[in-house]
Amino acid sequence: MIWVYADVSEAGASPAALELLTKARELGGDVAAVALGPGANAASAELGLHGASTVYVSDDAVFSDSVGQPAAHVLAALVAEHSPELVLFSTSYDSRDVAGRLQAKTGSTLMSNASDVLALDRARTEILGGTKIVDVELRGPSPHIVLVRPKSFVAEPSGGTATVVQVAAEVPDELRAARRVERHAESASGPKLEDAKVVVSGGRGLQDPSNFSMLDELAAAIGDAAVGASRAAVDAGWVPYSYQIGQTGKTVKPEIYLAVGISGATQHIVGMKGAKRIIAINKDADAPIFGLADLGVIGDLFEVIPALTAEVRARRGL
Amino acid sequence: MNVVALVKYVPSPQGTPQLGPDNLLVRSGVEGALDPGDEYALEAALQIAEASGGEVLAVSMGPDDALAGVQRALAMGAHKGVLITDEGLRGADTLVTARVLAAAISRAPFDLIIGGVESTDGYTGTLPATVAELLGLPSATFARKVEVSGADLRTERQTETGYDVVTCPIPAVVTVTSGANEPRYPTLKGIMSAKTKPVERLSASDLGLSAEATTASQGIVAVAEAPAKAGGEVINASDDAASRIADMLAEAKVI
Ligand SMILES: Cc1cc2nc3c(=O)[nH]c(=O)nc-3n(C[C@H](O)[C@H](O)[C@H](O)COP(=O)(O)OP(=O)(O)OC[C@H]3O[C@@H](n4cnc5c(N)ncnc54)[C@H](O)[C@@H]3O)c2cc1C
Ligand SMILES: Nc1ncnc2c1ncn2[C@@H]1O[C@H](COP(=O)(O)O)[C@@H](O)[C@H]1O
Repeated sequence: MIWVYADVSEAGASPAALELLTKARELGGDVAAVALGPGANAASAELGLHGASTVYVSDDAVFSDSVGQPAAHVLAALVAEHSPELVLFSTSYDSRDVAGRLQAKTGSTLMSNASDVLALDRARTEILGGTKIVDVELRGPSPHIVLVRPKSFVAEPSGGTATVVQVAAEVPDELRAARRVERHAESASGPKLEDAKVVVSGGRGLQDPSNFSMLDELAAAIGDAAVGASRAAVDAGWVPYSYQIGQTGKTVKPEIYLAVGISGATQHIVGMKGAKRIIAINKDADAPIFGLADLGVIGDLFEVIPALTAEVRARRGL
Repeated sequence: MNVVALVKYVPSPQGTPQLGPDNLLVRSGVEGALDPGDEYALEAALQIAEASGGEVLAVSMGPDDALAGVQRALAMGAHKGVLITDEGLRGADTLVTARVLAAAISRAPFDLIIGGVESTDGYTGTLPATVAELLGLPSATFARKVEVSGADLRTERQTETGYDVVTCPIPAVVTVTSGANEPRYPTLKGIMSAKTKPVERLSASDLGLSAEATTASQGIVAVAEAPAKAGGEVINASDDAASRIADMLAEAKVI
């Protein structure tokens, strides 16, 4: 029996949860999902449609108002009752907290950053900067815990419907101590980074936060495009973390990925190498990004980007 | 306030890490460094301890070479260190590591545990949460900002779309992101005084952990080379680059 711990919100199930269910179904056997927090009941139909035969749900706000502990507590009780052999999580921050805590409770082994799940006791990941693909055997007490990078699989509906089982949110007060008291969402215009057909990404080569407006203009000219960034640009405070692409940020798989002033560190590459076409602009002919770009331009981004924006505008008649 | 900083010694991020014949990462005899991600944790720990007149204990599990990582933490300002080294811990999974670290930490009173978000070599990104659970503590993870007032923590938790404010009483476990602060460089004085600061060396059995509790439940069983993606065409900006890029956008039907 494979379980998927589904991140849910009022907006529905996370896309990663649907990807994981699709994979779990492919591995065979019974598949169930656990969805805790506001939006769980509403998401259960979608979870069923992607392969969960049972969805354990609670809409209780404690699961989103308190970090980690309530969800781990209730999930561990469900696991003890039903004994799944494998529990799949996405690598989201909320899921990482729950998975890490579940491991302490069940005494089972945990593997993170998986790119594929091969069997109940085997998963695949890339290590050493993406140069080696390794299969890891999981042993010891059930359930094995595997965290999978988003966009590792393509979500496909099975057409199923799930039995929805309401779970009581019996969470002792002392497990509510870490409280989310404010939420701040940065509003972004245009398509979401994960959904855009084109991602225009800026790195340290942009030199100054105000220069990101050049990328905004290019993205606006293209249309279905979003602006992303390397960690160097995020750490410098030029753009918010929500822009970050890579190991510690988002994974994107657009039609076109345009890396602007980004060197191509392995931690960046894991987040964008699934793009259909990669274009890089960098003034350093030896930048590693050229090793994977379909089209590499050696040159000054401050010349190339404005020229490109003008060219795109002209072709689109803007 | 006494703060524990979790510090890992990792093969140098500038080097080329290798798998040994046993399919484990070669950790001994290679150039290593205190995990850059943990320098943010240490800096946060130092700032909190300094503001409240407490001490920082740097705790690490790793081979003998990892002493250099603990010493770096001491040179940056940590007051003392604990290094757990044990042949039986080679290839430890995160559960084993968490058990070892939790056992080492719980030997003395503390107010706060701070770790990095993920290690540079393992990047599991779950270990501090496991430590928190083993110790029965709440956690405020992925903090891009940490403030302490009295017995309360206030953190800004990074989210996909912005940030959340998470409050938490101490003792607790915190992880900090790379944006949280600017880690200090060790001063010459710091480097000199590090040599005189106490570092306790422990084995797994010193911590009362059985062989069973310290046996990893996973291992690499197959290794393949990742298919090298061949680079495509590289041109100069002067080769009508804007129009070539636009051609590719048009080919992909995005403009
Ligand atoms: C545990 C861990 C996790 C990490 N996670 C991530 C992650 O999720 N995402 C991520 O991106 N990084 C991540 N990193 C960091 C990563 O290792 C690199 O440090 C980072 O990606 C570098 O960003 P950059 O390419 O913008 O900067 P740099 O490496 O400094 O590259 C800047 C590039 O800009 C070029 N340039 C400068 N000026 C110009 C100009 N005028 N015109 C054209 N080109 C110019 C330079 O030639 C250079 O190649 C992580 C690191 C660790 C240790
Ligand atoms: N062997 C170790 N010794 C000390 N701290 C560690 C060790 N492994 C992991 N950590 C801490 O846990 C964080 C997350 O690690 P990981 O879960 O391996 O990605 C790191 O940034 C460290 O702060």
